[in-house]
Amino acid sequence: MDILNKISEYLQDGNIEMVSELTKQAIKEKIPPKEILDNGLIDGMNVIGEKFKIHEIFIPDVLLAAKSMYAGMNELKPLLIKAGIPAIGKIVIGTIQGDLHDIGKNLVAIMLKGAGFEVIDLGNNVPPEKFIETAKRENADVIGMSALLTTTMTAMKKVIDLLKEQGLSNKIKVIIGGAPTSEEFARQIGADAYCYDAASAVESVKVLIANKFKR
Amino acid sequence: MKPILERLKNDEVFVSDGAIGTLLLERGLNEGEPPEAFNISHPEIIEEIAHLYLEAGADIIQTNTFGASPLKLSHYSLQDRTEEINRKAVQCVRNAVKDSVYISASCGPTNRLLKPYGDIDPEDIYEAFERQIRAQIEAGVDIVCIETMTDLKETILAVKAAKTVSTKIPVIATMTFENTKRGFYTIMGTNIEKAVEGLELAGADIIGSNCGNGIEIMIKIAKFFKKYTNLPVIIQSNAGIPEVHYGKITYPDTPDFMAEKAKELIASGVSIIGGCCGTTPEHIKAIRKLVDSLMFTI
Repeated sequence: MDILNKISEYLQDGNIEMVSELTKQAIKEKIPPKEILDNGLIDGMNVIGEKFKIHEIFIPDVLLAAKSMYAGMNELKPLLIKAGIPAIGKIVIGTIQGDLHDIGKNLVAIMLKGAGFEVIDLGNNVPPEKFIETAKRENADVIGMSALLTTTMTAMKKVIDLLKEQGLSNKIKVIIGGAPTSEEFARQIGADAYCYDAASAVESVKVLIANKFKR
Repeated sequence: MKPILERLKNDEVFVSDGAIGTLLLERGLNEGEPPEAFNISHPEIIEEIAHLYLEAGADIIQTNTFGASPLKLSHYSLQDRTEEINRKAVQCVRNAVKDSVYISASCGPTNRLLKPYGDIDPEDIYEAFERQIRAQIEAGVDIVCIETMTDLKETILAVKAAKTVSTKIPVIATMTFENTKRGFYTIMGTNIEKAVEGLELAGADIIGSNCGNGIEIMIKIAKFFKKYTNLPVIIQSNAGIPEVHYGKITYPDTPDFMAEKAKELIASGVSIIGGCCGTTPEHIKAIRKLVDSLMFTI
């Protein structure tokens, strides 16, 4: 089997050591880093994302696969930077102020990283201003917000209102998600997309960023 | 009071209470503040809520300690007050209900993920539950209720911690399931059959499900539990899936609807019925009325 296939499969098994070893080996074999990333690591994470979506695998499997991906990325990152290969987009992500739940948000971050995006994770209990400041400073394309509590989800609107006030709505797009949120809620507060699960978050971000560059 | 496990053997059906969080918010809890802090800052409000559920007809009243594990309290730098918060929470309910009903000590998940997929050792999870549950049992609870769990390993650690503190206090263990196309699974991948197996082995006395679903889905979940276990089954469902209308959150299931469906839960052999998110004293009152009417006809 081709080494990139192996990387993808070991990643799906959550075998951190093997993914790290094989990535090193692939680099030694002079396979271009972008190819190792796309056909090895991202390929494996895509399969994980699909299986997770249909409940064939669950959170522990995703977390182990992600750890394997990070192990591979650690080897690749210096080479990708050297080769001047940019991430396909930049997202600032966090759980909204008042909410300490971050398992769902972490999964979204994992899937986005797994798809090749650069993710700046602000953690949980993030004040609206911090989302904006970070997104501006980092020149991010998208802000992603999560809430698990019905009592905190309304704070998401503050971020969107602040973006409007500062005239940034066209530059920085907003996706939201979390158990109590919905398509309807996203529309009401003026978010650009609602994400039902981590896999659909990746799709939404891809569409939002593609539309951004179209204009 | 006769121990609840003896009464469960005689096929008695019990009503437990409903949600606390919303009632606390209505009474001045600020969004983002830990509800558990109210046990020490506003004991009179905690007593009032226990009293509301007592009046509604609950046989089992839960303590306001869902997030009172030192691992969760540490987010608010309150971990050193774990014992005080848990003790006070039990005392508040005891003041309100005296010895008329059972007091059940709520213990929610730590929100930490175990190694290797997470970063915490099982010993640390176990220790946190043991500390929380010891304070609750020393303060005189009648039951320990480990709830809203999704990781079976963590649940088993909690049940074992409770059993280490006391072999005499009955332990309820309930997990939250998602209704997937491939069947019912927790987000961590445990199905009902595996949950039953693990919880029985750990030594839980009463098992079942809470949160995540409205009562209609819970009827299906209850039937699976009854298929796999001979232990008494408990169901505490949400008042449906929350809906948002212009920033206001509402739960669709009315007290009458829940009571109507509770009839099917009882017919399926469920022993304890109560509420989770979105349920109010009104919901519990309606379920009480239903249970009484059924018991009377039997």
